This record gives sequence, C-alpha cells and structure tokens, in this order.
Amino acid sequence: MFKWLDPYAKPETLYRICGLWFPWLMTAAVVTLLLGTVWGLAFTPADYQQGDSYRIIHIHVPSAIWSMGAYSSMAIAALIALVWQVKAAQWAVGAIAPIGAVFTVIALFTGAAWGKPMWGTWWVWDARLTSELILLFLYLGVIALSGAFADRQTGAKASALLAIVGVVNLPIIHFSVEWWNTLHQGATITKFAKPSIDASMLWPLLISILAFGLWLAALTCLRLKTAILQNEQHRPWVRQLAASAVKEG
Amino acid sequence: MPELHFSSWNAFFAMGGYSLFVWLSFGVTFALLGLLWWLSQSGHRQILKEIAAKQARELRVQQQLLKQSELQSAQQSAQEQST
Repeated sequence: MFKWLDPYAKPETLYRICGLWFPWLMTAAVVTLLLGTVWGLAFTPADYQQGDSYRIIHIHVPSAIWSMGAYSSMAIAALIALVWQVKAAQWAVGAIAPIGAVFTVIALFTGAAWGKPMWGTWWVWDARLTSELILLFLYLGVIALSGAFADRQTGAKASALLAIVGVVNLPIIHFSVEWWNTLHQGATITKFAKPSIDASMLWPLLISILAFGLWLAALTCLRLKTAILQNEQHRPWVRQLAASAVKEG
Repeated sequence: MPELHFSSWNAFFAMGGYSLFVWLSFGVTFALLGLLWWLSQSGHRQILKEIAAKQARELRVQQQLLKQSELQSAQQSAQEQST
C-alpha cells in the first residue's frame, strides 16, 4: 500500500493535488453550510420541548463531531510522520491542528449559548464539557509544541507524540454522556440505533455535518499547500512558482 | 417537502424568544470559520511573496558581486598597463 501511496507524498505532486481539490472542496463547503443553515434555521419545525433554541444543534453537533474527526485525522498523520518519517504527514499535523482548534471553540461556544437558555447556565464542569475543553488544550498544545524548540524537527516530533497520546481523550468525550451523569443530552444520531430525531430535522443536520467535513478538508488542502511551500522553498519548482505567482499579482 | 416554519421576518429574527442565543451561536460560528479561511488564504499568499522577495534579493546580490569583480579586474588590467 505504501508503495502505491508514496508518489502522492512527493511534495510537488501533493501540492498539485491540493491545488486541484481546494476550489471544489471550498465551493462545496460554502454551499452546503449555507444550505444546512437556511434549512435548519427556517424550514424545520421547532422542538416540542426546546422551542427554537434547538436550532443551534445544526452547528453545535457538526462542529463537535468534526472537532473529534479532525483530531483523529491529525493523530493518524502524526503516527505516519513518527513511524515512517513521512514529511508530508508531519506538515499535515500542523495544517489540521488550527482547524480542529477552531471547530472545538465553536462546539464549546455554541454549547454554552445553548446551555444558558436550556440548563440555566453557560458552563458546568461535567464530563462532556470538561473533556471537550481538554480537547481544545490538546490542540493548543500540539500547535505550541511544534514551535517551542529551536530545532524544528524536535518540535515536530514532540507535537506528533502529544497528538498521538491525546487520542485517549476521544473515547472519553464520546462515551462521557453514558459513563457519567450529566446535564448534556445523549447522542442524537448513532450508528447502531434509529436516530432520536425526526426526519424533517435530521436532513439539515446531516447536510451541516457534511458541510463541516468539507470545511475541514478544504482548509486542510489550503494550509497543507502553505506548509509545503514553506518547507520546500529552496526547490526549483517552488522558486519558479513563487516568481510567476508574484508576477501575475 | 420542508415547509417554512416562520410566518414573518420578525418571527424569524425573534427565534421564539431565543434570538440572542441562536444568532450569537450562528454569528460566532460564521465569523470564526470566515476568519480561519481568510487567515489561511493570506498565509498562502504571504509565503509566495516572501519566497519571491528572497529570490529577488539573491539576484541583486549576485549582480552586485559580478559588477565588483568586473570593476576589480578592469582596475588590475589598468595598473598592469601603466607599469
């Protein structure tokens, strides 16, 4: 498999692929986000218990899901970077971390703004909220560590290691609503059961989940391109690219 | 077919009394996503500019060195002629 994958990890090829995919992914991301938002805000009935406040679900759940999805992909990239010394994987760790951090902030913030009217408080130190906050600190740690050493390779290794160790937090976040008593409601969609949400509300939610996934993919492509340029700036193909890009304005 | 839930724009903005929380959530989400996109895009442009600027500087230094060495060799040959 790695023989087949190897040419794609070549920086120049990877840059071209990311450049090819980015405009499509970004367009799809914006369109689906707008669609999911408008549908979720205006074209679904109100919740019979939570009224219109539940509409926050259309950004809260997708951002929370992908805050963990981004972390998983970052950790996989970190593992590949550490074990097989693939440079592109190491750059991917740095590209994904800020996106995941922003998703986590969104999940925490929208959760607080939903918790205030429903629970009567912005924040409680319960398992779900605390473990998601730890996820944010893990992201910040990964970002900070990569720049904390004079030797960039040491920093990249340290941050990759933290990313891998932090994976233990993911099942804790996921199962926290089952393991501990909490104010947080249980899962709305699970793989194994019929969703506890009406179909009229489920569709815009699924579209929003797709939208956040597309945002993650698109921004990862864009940030990976930047990382490739930064790390390969002495290669002829990058020099050529930079010269012609600046000439074009 | 999904049906429009609100009867008027006012009702839509009022969000059944939860307007502050709903609009705050969506506003902050869009602002953060937009900011991240903008920062990523400008970071990409920036690095291209930096690389091009570095290249231009290298070229200038090279040309200067070339000029200096030409000047030196010209002086040398002038000295040799005068002696």
